[in-house]
Amino acid sequence: MSESRFKVVKSNRANRIALAAAGLVVVGFVSVPLWAQPSFQRTLTTYLCLLALAQMWNLLAGYAGLLSVGQQAYIGLGAYGLWVFADGFGLNPFLAVPLAGLAAALIALPTSVLAFRLRGGYFAIGTWVIAEAYRLIVTNIDWVGGGSGTTVTGASHVKMATRIPVTYLMALGVAVGSVLLVFFLLRSRLGLALTAVRDNETGAESLGVDVSRAKRYVYLISAFGCGLAGAVTYLNLLRIQPNAAFSVQWTALMIFIVVIGGVGSIEGPIIGTIVFLALQELLSDYGSWYLILVGAVAVAITIWNPRGIWGLITSRRPLNLFPLRRHLVVADALAPEAVKPEGSVGRSE
Amino acid sequence: MSLLEVRSVSAHYGPFQALFSLDLTVDEGETVAVIGANGAGKSTLLKTIAGLLPCSGGEVHFDGKAVHDLPSHVRVGAGISLVPEGRQVFPTLTVHENLQVGGWTKRLGPWTTDKVYELFPLLVKRRDQLAANLSGGEQQALAIGRGLMANPRLLLLDEASLGLAPIVVRHLYQAMPIIVEQGTTVLLVEQDIGQAVTIAKRVYCLLEGRVALTGAPNELTREQISAAYFGVRQR
Amino acid sequence: MTWVNLVIQGILLGGLYALFASGLSLIFGVMKLVNLAHGDLSNMAAFLALIVVDSLGWNPFASLLIVVPLMCGVGYVLQRYLLNRTLERGPMPPLLVTFGLAVIIQNLLLEAFSADSQGLDAGRIEDAALTITGRLAVGWLPLVTMSVAIAVIAGLQFFLGRTQLGRGFRATSDNQSAAQLVGINNQRLYGLAMALALATAAIAGVFIAIRTTFTPDAGSLRLIFAYEAVIMGGMGSLWGTLVGGMVLGVAQTIGSQIDPGFGVLAGHLVFLAVLAFRPEGLFAKQVAE
Repeated sequence: MSESRFKVVKSNRANRIALAAAGLVVVGFVSVPLWAQPSFQRTLTTYLCLLALAQMWNLLAGYAGLLSVGQQAYIGLGAYGLWVFADGFGLNPFLAVPLAGLAAALIALPTSVLAFRLRGGYFAIGTWVIAEAYRLIVTNIDWVGGGSGTTVTGASHVKMATRIPVTYLMALGVAVGSVLLVFFLLRSRLGLALTAVRDNETGAESLGVDVSRAKRYVYLISAFGCGLAGAVTYLNLLRIQPNAAFSVQWTALMIFIVVIGGVGSIEGPIIGTIVFLALQELLSDYGSWYLILVGAVAVAITIWNPRGIWGLITSRRPLNLFPLRRHLVVADALAPEAVKPEGSVGRSE
Repeated sequence: MSLLEVRSVSAHYGPFQALFSLDLTVDEGETVAVIGANGAGKSTLLKTIAGLLPCSGGEVHFDGKAVHDLPSHVRVGAGISLVPEGRQVFPTLTVHENLQVGGWTKRLGPWTTDKVYELFPLLVKRRDQLAANLSGGEQQALAIGRGLMANPRLLLLDEASLGLAPIVVRHLYQAMPIIVEQGTTVLLVEQDIGQAVTIAKRVYCLLEGRVALTGAPNELTREQISAAYFGVRQR
Repeated sequence: MTWVNLVIQGILLGGLYALFASGLSLIFGVMKLVNLAHGDLSNMAAFLALIVVDSLGWNPFASLLIVVPLMCGVGYVLQRYLLNRTLERGPMPPLLVTFGLAVIIQNLLLEAFSADSQGLDAGRIEDAALTITGRLAVGWLPLVTMSVAIAVIAGLQFFLGRTQLGRGFRATSDNQSAAQLVGINNQRLYGLAMALALATAAIAGVFIAIRTTFTPDAGSLRLIFAYEAVIMGGMGSLWGTLVGGMVLGVAQTIGSQIDPGFGVLAGHLVFLAVLAFRPEGLFAKQVAE
């Protein structure tokens, strides 16, 4: 009587190589404050926050199928949350960041009740209206500076030599954290539920998946992530203006980064952020033309190559740097690693 | 030259092959039935002829011209009209509007809304009702009427009896001779062999995407038909 | 400023919003497409009118004679050769592409015209008012706008209900593949629908440009107002969209009276309230599926 010839394995060699490489990259990033100029650290902080935002938008749209044009609501709420906790309540500004994220998630809860009354494109517009409503409400509150905005004095009083590196490291934490968060989420039961929902919502529901609860969790998590990223961004910028913090431009950036990099994969937003960084540095002198170009590229990609750059890279050989797939391995002396991806969690087409 | 010539047509649904180099002809004025079990490829065949499904191999010729590369809406203008499986009436349009839309291509011919109401009097009292509120049999009559409004030379009927009570099916099929009288060639797909065999001059029996048997109903024995239908080899 | 006056102003403003919204309703009705670029396309029409007015010296209303057909052409080409490719692929591609388009249009306008505020001068009609009673006066421009809005919506209703092409639109919206079976060329039909929708958007865009100043980024807010009108009115009902627009207009007008910065927010809050308590809208069409 032989023991089972089959076992399910969650990672393969490509995963392990990528994991090692990623570890090295992260160590490299952590070392940045030791050797880089403050202005470089601040630039990196911005891009790390963008990466986190992109992951959050991708989580919502690419995995839960909720295309939101209103995540800027939580970026703004995170920014103002930072001010409220740091300046309003006098807490340590670095402590205020996670609190701001939580506050954003808390506000997202009743918000989701409203937003989820709509579906598809109307959901998208609804989220936009909600973001606009939050923007206008905040603009009307004098305590936080009203229309002209406010400054995070609690942070500006911290010495630059401390503030900039710590902010940078927080941004790195938020970025890496967002990647890990999405990764572990997708490996979890919730992740399986999401894939089922994405493939066939009615089918998933008939199997007992609580579709609306799954979507709500994802919405709250995305709000938390956006709140965190917003708080860190404005910790970096120090000056909060409601029209900028709640601007739909944030969503435009998130969408473009994710679409160009590849929707529905963890690798996509990472690539998208890098491409965006390159484009931004190369073309920033050209004002609106650069936005037009980015927009045109995103449109072209959506139509002709919807899986983005990562899709292009993986079109020949399916590649998952992040171990999300479950592989069926035939435990055989002749074939140590069979390749039969079963129950894959992640974009399957 | 036949009105419809299907030459070695193959069709796929993704990786799954539904038709295997199938040959079929229909002469002008004929009524031909295609029978076969579920999954034999009957509806697939009609969809390929109508253009809803592309053929992955082979050719479809209508009235001497190759149509297999033409999109389906163009084939309607050429004279092919499909009454699809599941009726598929336009639910938010009224009965009358469904018929009016059927005349989209403005092809000349005997069929007008009045003539359709003559053919299916049961539709007259439902004229201004939304098609969604009709019963299954009424919707099937409407779907056939809509198909006729295109004044086709070839009418394709896909599983007209599906989901309908036998008495309703009988009523529907009573309309068939009148349709044929007007000069319309009919190619119909049926799971109900009884009806099919009654009105058809020739029968094709499909099995797993291939023609298993063909001939005039009065020349084929029941045993032959059963064997071809179910794929049981004859002794 | 009496309350009655305010409400009337709000109602008339609603006509303008309904005009914006009717095109959106049409597109969504026929193609199930949520067009995030609609506001910016409408804004583009206003800038086109500006070009016509500046170079030919015409009255803005007259410029519609050029702008509307031009926008029809833009709509047909846009739908036929770009947006049609996004249909049948799920809800995301159309949203992503139209969002991208919105950004592209806004920034193109910014490059071409700078961020300055522009205006369309229609002459004396802008200030003329119709005095109804001693304390009640209504501007001619809002009245004309409302009349045009009602005429357009009535025209669309007639078109959809009584013409063969309108029936074709409704049939395609019901069942796209059955529509092909009666000979309808879906690709062409969608192009025509978009052309018609952009015609209404062009009219709306020019009227709002006459009423107030406009900038290249004005499209986003117009889009939001249009969708608020559609959703409040109930999807699938053109006259419902008119009512939705009027509700929005009244909310905004009363809101601005309370505080000048509060108008737009008041509209959003009313919209959110309708969403909370009657999400299907005030006049949603019910059809047995």
